[in-house]
This record gives sequence, C-alpha cells and structure tokens, in this order.
Amino acid sequence: MQLSPALYSRLVGAPGAAEPLPVERDPAAGAPPFRFAARRVRFPRDHEFFEDGDVQRHLYLQDVLTQVTGTPERPRVPEFTCQVAGCCQVFDTLEGYEHHYHTLHRNVCSFCRRAFPSVHLLDTHILEWHDSLFQILSERQDMYQCLVEGCAEKFKTSKDRKDHLVRRHLYPADFRFDKPKKSRGPATPGATVQVSSEARGDEGEQSGGDAMEVCSEHAAPLPEPVGERRTYSHRLVPGVFPKQVLNVCFMGITLGLTLGSVLTERHRVGVLASTVLESLTITVSLGSVSCVCSALGPRKARYRLPFASWPNRDRMNTGCSCLSYDLQVSGSRTNYALIGLNLTSNLILGKMLYRRKEIANKCKWTERWAHIPPASLVQPPRLWLASGFWIPVAVRVSSKWQVTGTLAWKFGSSGPLG
Amino acid sequence: MWSGRQGRLRPVGCVVEELRCRRREREAALRKARREQQLISKRLLRDDVPVEAEGGCVAMILGEAEIQQFLQLAQRGTEEKERERALVSLRRGLQHPETQRTFIWLEGSMRTLVGLLTSNQALLQLEAARCLHELSHSEQSAVAEACLPATSYLLTYLSGHSSDFIELCLYTLGNLIVESEAVRRQLLPQGIVPALAACIQSPHLTVLEALGYALSQLLQAKEAPEMIIPSPVGSSVLGSALPQHILRLLQPGPKLNLGVAVEFAWCLHYIICSQVNNALLISHGGLSILGMLLLDVAGAVQRTEDAGLELLACPVLRCLSNLLTEAAVEVMGGPNQLEDEHVVAALFILLQFFLQKQPSLLPEGLWLLNNLTANSPCFCTSLLSMDLIEPLLQLLPVSNVVSVLVLTVLCNVAEKGPAYCQRLWPGPLLPCLMGTLASSDTEVVGQSLELLQLLFLYRPEAVEAFLQQSGLQVLEKHQEEAQLQERVHALQQTALHR
Repeated sequence: MQLSPALYSRLVGAPGAAEPLPVERDPAAGAPPFRFAARRVRFPRDHEFFEDGDVQRHLYLQDVLTQVTGTPERPRVPEFTCQVAGCCQVFDTLEGYEHHYHTLHRNVCSFCRRAFPSVHLLDTHILEWHDSLFQILSERQDMYQCLVEGCAEKFKTSKDRKDHLVRRHLYPADFRFDKPKKSRGPATPGATVQVSSEARGDEGEQSGGDAMEVCSEHAAPLPEPVGERRTYSHRLVPGVFPKQVLNVCFMGITLGLTLGSVLTERHRVGVLASTVLESLTITVSLGSVSCVCSALGPRKARYRLPFASWPNRDRMNTGCSCLSYDLQVSGSRTNYALIGLNLTSNLILGKMLYRRKEIANKCKWTERWAHIPPASLVQPPRLWLASGFWIPVAVRVSSKWQVTGTLAWKFGSSGPLG
Repeated sequence: MWSGRQGRLRPVGCVVEELRCRRREREAALRKARREQQLISKRLLRDDVPVEAEGGCVAMILGEAEIQQFLQLAQRGTEEKERERALVSLRRGLQHPETQRTFIWLEGSMRTLVGLLTSNQALLQLEAARCLHELSHSEQSAVAEACLPATSYLLTYLSGHSSDFIELCLYTLGNLIVESEAVRRQLLPQGIVPALAACIQSPHLTVLEALGYALSQLLQAKEAPEMIIPSPVGSSVLGSALPQHILRLLQPGPKLNLGVAVEFAWCLHYIICSQVNNALLISHGGLSILGMLLLDVAGAVQRTEDAGLELLACPVLRCLSNLLTEAAVEVMGGPNQLEDEHVVAALFILLQFFLQKQPSLLPEGLWLLNNLTANSPCFCTSLLSMDLIEPLLQLLPVSNVVSVLVLTVLCNVAEKGPAYCQRLWPGPLLPCLMGTLASSDTEVVGQSLELLQLLFLYRPEAVEAFLQQSGLQVLEKHQEEAQLQERVHALQQTALHR
C-alpha cells in the first residue's frame, strides 16, 4: 500500500479546512433491487467481527505475544538501616525499604503505635479509639462509619458496623482492621518492645484461633486497650455507700491508726489525727485505698466482714492489690451516743502502682478488667464531697486506747474511690 | 513497559519454530474459547530471575507435610530470613498445579496465608502476596476460588502506598475477577469499584497498568453491561470518577505510557461496546481525546518499528467507531467533531501499518473509515483531496472481508453525488471493480454491483468504459446467483440502454 509522502506531513500540519464537495443525491440511487444505504455501523461486544483483535489481546495477556517475562531486576544498593527511631531493619534494595516503610511506619497511630495499611483506616482508628468527643457524640447519633470506601453508612456501635460489613459487603467476620475496642490481654506500649511469649499466647482470641496470628517482633500491633465504656473513667457514680470504719486510736493523743473496710470492696489503711474541740472533732486521715474497680460496673457489692476479706486475693471481691492514696478531712460534732454528721472530702492522690497486666495475671480474672479504660486506672487528683451520718460505737480497752467502730452512710458524689 | 520488560529469553534456531507452534496452538485455543464465550486470560507477574535463567520454571511439587512445615516456619519462626525463605520456597512450589491443589485442600493453609498477608512484617507480606498471586493465576477454578477469603484485604491494601505491593494485589485481583461470576458477586459488594476509583489517582505507572488490567477484566465480564457499568446500580463504573480518569490517562502527550494506555484503551472499549451510556463519555470529551490518541499512535507507528503498537491501535479504533454511531455526535458540534484531514491521514498510516504487521486488524480500521465517511461529506472530500482512493484500492486483494469494507467505503463516497463520482472516475477504480466482480464471494460481488450502480447513475460516461472492458461478460457470470440476479439484470439493462 503506497502512501504519498505528503500524507505524513498532513498528520502534523494545520487542520484542513477544505470545503466539502456539494452533495446531490439522486432518488434512484439505492432503489430496489439495489439496497445500499450509507450508514454507520456498530458492533456489540461479542460480535465475531472482534474476534481477531480479541485474540491478539489475550495472546498479549498470556505473554505469548511480547515475551514479557517479569519485572526488571532491582538494583542493589549498599546495606542501610531504617531511620525510624527504634526500628533496626536492614535493607539492600530501595523497593524493599519502601515497602517496609509504608507497611510499618507510614500510617502509625501515635497513641497506641499500631500500624495501618492506609490513611483512611488510620483516621477511622484515631477517631474511634482516641477521640473523646467521638465517644460523646456516638451516644447521641450514629458515628461508626462503614469501612468500605464508597459506602456512606454510619452505625451506632462497632458491632452494628461489623454486622453490616459481614452482611452487606461480604467481609470476613474476623476482619483484622476492624477490631472492637476490647482488651485483648497484654498491653505493650512502645514500638520496639519484644512481645513476650505470654502475650503471644494471649493473642489467639479470634475465631479460628491461632492460625491467623503471626508472632511479630517489633511494632506491637496491639493497642493500649481503651475499653468500650470510656465514660466510666470520668463519670462519678453517685450513690449511697454504706461504709464501715473501725477505728483504733489512742485516747488523748490525737494520733491514731485507722483500719477500715468499706463495703464496696475496698480496704483502707491509714493514719488518723484528730483534735477535739469543744464539741467538734476534726479528723484528718491519710489512707491508702485498695482496688479501684469496685464501682465501675453495675455489680452488687458482696457484703463481707472487713477483715475476712482483707488483704485478700479473693477473685470475687477485690482480687487485686492496686493502691491509691486518699486524704480525708472531716469535721464532726459527735457524741458517742448520738448520731452525728460527717462531712468528708476525699482527695485522691497518687496513681496506680501496678499495671494492668500484672493485675490481670495476679487476679487471673482478665474478663473483669475488660471494660476498664486504663486511663481511669491512673487517677488524677480528685476531690469529692460527701456528707453523711453515722452511728458510732466506742469501747475503751485501756486508759490509752479505745476502739471505735462507726457505721456510716454517706451521700454525695463519689468517684470510683468514693 | 516496553523498554523495561524486554524478553529475556531470546529464541534461537529451532526454538523459534517451537514458539511459533505454541503460539498457533494458543491462538486456536483462544478462538475456540471466544466462540464459546469462555475467553478467560490471566496475567502472571513472576520475577524469579535465577530460576528463569535455567531455561524454565523449576517448580517443585510439594507434599502436605512440606507445605505445613513452610507455613509453620513462616508464621512462627524466630529468624526473619528463615521465615522469608520458607515463604519463597512455598511460592516456588506453588508454581506447580499439583502443589496448588494440595495447598488448598490443606486445612488452615489459606487462613495462615491470609494471616501472613495481613501481618506487620513487610517482607512476609510481600511474599505471601506473591504466593496468593501464583494461586490466583491457576487455571483450576477451585484453586482460584480458594483465594476468596483474601479479597477484602487485597481491596484494603489498594489504598495503601507501597507501589510494588499494590501492583501485586491488583494483578491478583484481576486474575480472580475473571475467574467466575461467583467471585465477582463477592468482589462487587466489597467495594472493588470505589477502591479502583481511589487507586487510579496513583502516580506510579506500574500501578496504573495493573489497575487497567484489573479493570479491563472486570469490564469484560458477561454481566458487566447490566451489573457493573450502568450508573444507577450501586457503586458502578459509570457512576464513579473512573471514566474521567481513564480519559485523562489516555490523553496523548509526553507522559503517555504505552502499557498503561493499552490497558485503559481496552477498558474504554468494553465500556463503549456495552452501549450503556456512551453519551456520558462523549460529554467528557471522549471523542476528541480518542481522536488525538489516534493521531499519536499513527505518529508513533512512523517513528518506531515496535510490534506492539497495534495492541493500542485496535481498541482505539473500536472505541472511535462505536462512539461515532452515537446520536450525541450528530447533535453536538464543536469539540465533539473530529478533524477531517488529520484523522484520515492517521487512519491510512495505520492501515498501512496493519497491512505489514497485522492484516487481521485491517477490517477494524476500515470499519472506522466507513463510520467516518458514511454521513459526512467532509471526510469523503478529504479522502478524495488527499488522493487516498488508490491506496484504498490496493487493499482489495487482501481478503474478502477487507474487500467488502473497501467497497462499502467507496460506495459511501460515490453515493454523495456526481461531484464525488467525478473524482472517482476516470481512475483506477473501474479496472479494480472488474477484478472484484470476478470474485467468487457473493458479498464482494454484491457490493461491487452496488458501487457500479452508483457509478453508472452519477457518471454515465463510465458505462462506455465498462462495456469496453468487457464488463457484460463479467456480469453474465453471476446471472444465476440468487442473491445477485436482480441487480445483475438491472445493471445489464442500464448498460445496454445507454
């Protein structure tokens, strides 16, 4: 097929503005028996007209056509280490480093060091796990967004969203990037902590067990469990707390030792100083209160004799040895024989001494801690006010000692350590 | 794609024959498959450089115990290199169909593989993805369907950043998509179309090519015209931003990459020939982009001897031809019109290229020419003014199908009136027509008769020349033909009564 050389220049030259020749059709053209009519033709996808081209295309896909044998060789570079703090992985290709970086360091949650495959999932995670405003809003409206891009549905709870993912989007029920905010056992903060063998054993909590879990050497994928009901960390539980206090104090010297137990499963050991004015006694006591988990669930307190349950490792009552300090200042008008008034303020000092892992292990009762946000285990200084009345009973055991027992009822706002 | 991926195995001697034989067999198999509408092809990304160098894939058959062992090692090994090596060995084994079968029947194996795929270890992730890719490429549908549990994760990873990994995921998805309708029924609700629409904005060329491949597989599906393409259906292709991105990626220019362009041109072809909503594509400027792309391809054809350009030319021609039949083209003017001379010149350059390299694509080029000239005096005029009738006539001997199309185009020109026929004759037309009239194919003869009638009608002087070249004898040969009888007779009458 001979094409004139001028044609090639026509390809790139200025667009032609040739005037079309005049059209004059004769009605006899195309008249029967002739049937030609100029028309544009279209072919549907499966028409045999396309057979040759389709075959060529598929030959190309199957690599028969152009002998495409794969990606070119990666150039090797001198070994270098990952520059991210705490990561000591070594690489000898840039592509390997690129993939490592994108997998482990690109979309990392700064709160819990967990790595995510995409920005979208990271944003969702931060919103749902670390944003307190989200928690508040989620009580009033549907906030949990569907994870599938393009689906704009929102849900009230994480579980509803998971159901939607499974039913509507045919996702697996144990989709790894949609973990509900539940404690899964050990919390390992920090990116480079070696996950202990204990932790490995705890990981198999998914259906299907261990098959999915891969032991990881760095960048712990487990977040600090935040807990489903975050509100407990800040909400004060108003209520009535019957409280027994047994005081032993020196008579006359306004310094004494208080040992007590509170029926809401807490034990108190402290020192007490009081001064008696005309008819007013002011008491200051500094005590340590054990076990903060008491009021965090709608559990009925088990009533036990104080000493029988203290110090105890009984799983039903406290099962833990967590401590906190409080300062109690109370003024009272008292008459041993009368019911008096007690104004108490509690100032909670200090914070948890023990981490949850040890607690859980010692308690061997992980389920109980499941809903507790770790943040609430670290108590900031807090003030409560309470008032109440009590019935005192005193027995003088010697000239210097008396034993006082008080049964008190307290009203007012009282936090977890109330 | 073209420069980076040259074939490493340079065939020598008898190996060439073997390859040609293999290719012919493959071609025959593909034709058969296409006729049965079972055309499925998968792409394999394999870069086992040292293994290839041995002249073939040394795929080992692994037994159950070995697979178990590799999986255990990969999952719970302590030494990083060891774990990686275990997976590499597993992958090599998975190149063999027997191992694949053993693997999928082993309990918990896929689960472990998915666990490795979603682990935080970058290298393990990549190797696990490669294993999955090998499985997805399998011809046994049971093996490919065993990969379904991993699809949600593959889709999640599409919105990541690591280009190699995404490319691998996309090729794997593309292989799975084409496998069966059951797979697509799972992938569509999982949001594959929005995931692809998000991923198409990636700047990496390898990712784009892989995406084009996956998308073309999706669009090639039988149920695509109803389920995947139309916009009222949930998250569909036309409802997303995909068409605009596809057209953007097809825009000619220095940034146009051939591999990417081929894939997306085929995607566009599948969309257009499903004829769901082509007006939408026209409104996005599809016609002008395709026109410019055609010019670009023609220019490239002139410059290089690359044998791969017809892979791009074919879908572009098809897209243009089909788009031209849309009513929207008539109505809207301006940017929806193609420029006459450039397009015609480009088309003829391509026709010449096809003649040399791939004659089976000539009909498609001529089909475009027909659609261009059918209702357009401008294009017909261009054809005449650029002296393209003679090159066109040179195509006649190629095949019957080509002849019919060439004659149709000539009829398109001739039927416009005496001004056009004046340029057709005197010229080489009549002698060629004598040749085609002598053909044994009814279709060819029929079309020649039509052309002859138009010529006689608008150029009565041609009758004389026809008679002089013993045209009547040629006509007589077809007097008995059922389909041609009447026309032959009519022509004879016309000729004799002049």
